[in-house]
Amino acid sequence: MELIDRYLVLVGFGETGWGPLLLSASAMTLGVSICGFLAGTVIGSVVTFMKLSRYMVLRWLADGYTTILRGVPDLLVIYLFYFGGSAFLGYLGGLFGYQGFIGMPAFLTGTLALGVVSAAYQSEVFRGAFKSVASGELEAASAVGMRPWPKFRRIVAPLVLRYAIPGLGNTWQLVLKESALISVTGLVELLRQSQIAAGSTRRPFEFYLTAVVLYLVITWASSIAFRHLETRTMRGTRSSL
Amino acid sequence: MDFAFMWETFLILLTGLPLTLELAVTSILAGGILALLLSLFAVVGGPIGRGFTRGYVFVFRGSPLLVQMFLIYYGLGQFRPLLQELGLWAIFREPYWCAVIALTLNTAAYTSEIFRGGLNAVSVQQVEAARACGMSGPLLFRRIVLPIAIRHALPAYGNEVILMLKATALASVITIMEVTGLAGKLIADSFRAFEVFIVAGAIYLAITFLVTRLMMIVEFWLSPHLRMRPPTLA
Repeated sequence: MELIDRYLVLVGFGETGWGPLLLSASAMTLGVSICGFLAGTVIGSVVTFMKLSRYMVLRWLADGYTTILRGVPDLLVIYLFYFGGSAFLGYLGGLFGYQGFIGMPAFLTGTLALGVVSAAYQSEVFRGAFKSVASGELEAASAVGMRPWPKFRRIVAPLVLRYAIPGLGNTWQLVLKESALISVTGLVELLRQSQIAAGSTRRPFEFYLTAVVLYLVITWASSIAFRHLETRTMRGTRSSL
Repeated sequence: MDFAFMWETFLILLTGLPLTLELAVTSILAGGILALLLSLFAVVGGPIGRGFTRGYVFVFRGSPLLVQMFLIYYGLGQFRPLLQELGLWAIFREPYWCAVIALTLNTAAYTSEIFRGGLNAVSVQQVEAARACGMSGPLLFRRIVLPIAIRHALPAYGNEVILMLKATALASVITIMEVTGLAGKLIADSFRAFEVFIVAGAIYLAITFLVTRLMMIVEFWLSPHLRMRPPTLA
C-alpha cells in the first residue's frame, strides 16, 4: 500500500508530482505524431500519384521511395534529418555570412522524419485502396461527362479514403509508436520527459511504466476512434459477411 | 559525394553487422518460441489463457519498443539488490541481454498474432474433410492444420522478420554499437549525415532484400499445388 501511495505522489499532480509535465509531454507526443502523420498523408498522396502514373520513370521512383524508406531503420532517418538538417541550415547560414552552428528545431525534425517514413506506408495504403475502387464507378463518372479533376474530387477521393481507413489506422499507430524515437533529438515528448523525470528522481521503473501506460491509453483511444470512423464511412455499403 | 569517405564508412559499419544479425536472429528465434507458447496457452488455457494472451499482445503492441527497452534496461536496474539475490543481475546488467529480452518480448506479441491469423485461415471444410477421412487430434493438426496455417502465415511472418531487423537499430540507444549505433556515432563525429545514411541504408536494404528473396523461395517451395501446371498434351 505504501508503495502505491509513494508512486501516486511521484506521478500525481501534487507539489512534487510529475503529473502535469507528463501530461503536457503526452500532448507533445500527440502533436508531433499528428503533424508527422499529416505530412505523411501529403507526401504519401504525391507518391501514390506517381505509383499510379502512366510514366515508368515516376512509377520506378515511387517504388524506390517505398522500398528504401520501408527497409531502413527509422532511427537512421531521424539521424539524417537531425544532423543533415543542421548541416544544411549551417550551409544556408554560411551563404548569408553566418558561421556559427544552427541546430535543426527538434519538432520540425520529428515532423519531417515521421512524415517521410509514414508516407512510404501511406502511399501503399492509398494504392491498395485505389485498386479496390470498382472500375465501373470510374467509367460511370467518365460516362456522365466528368473531367478528370471533378471526377477525382467527387468520386475517386471519397472512395479511396473510405477504403483506406483501416490501413491509415494501422499507420497512425505506427507513427505514434515511432514518435518515441524522436526523443533522441531532445524533443521533450513522453519518453524524453520520462527520461528526465527518471534521471532526477532515480525512479526509472515507475516513470517508464507510466510512459507505457500513457502510450497504451493513447493507442487504445485512437483504435476506438478509427473503428468509429470506419463504421461511419461504411454506413452506405453492404457487407458480404 | 566523397567516395573515399563512404568506403571508409562502409568498412566501419560492416564491423557492426555481426552484432545486428546476432540480435535479430536471437530475438526472432526466442520470440518465435515464446509466440508458440503464447498461442498454445490461448488455445488450451481457457478463458484465463485467452485473456492473458490478449493482454500481452495489447501491452506489447500498444507501446513503443524503445520504452519497453528502457523499462527493462534502466527500470529494472532499480531492483538491483533483489536481482542480485536472484542471481539475475548478470543478465540485466548487460545492455545486450536487455535488448534481446525487449526485442524477444515485443516480437512474440506480433508473431503470436500472426500464428493466430494463420490458424484462423484454415477453413472449417478442410478440417471436416480430414475428420471424414478418420483423422483427429495430433494427426489432424500435424497433417492438415499446421501445413495450411504455416502457408497462410508465411508472408506476414516475413514482414515481421524484416521489422525485427529494423528494430535492432533501437538497441543502439542503450549503448550497443551495432550498425545504426556506429552510423550515429560517425554522423555525430563527421557531420556528413547524407553519406553515412546512404551507406548504412544500403547495408540494411541488402539484408532486407536477402530476407525477402529467402521468404519467396520458402513460399514457392511450400506451395507446389498453387504453381502453374506445365502445359501437357490433352
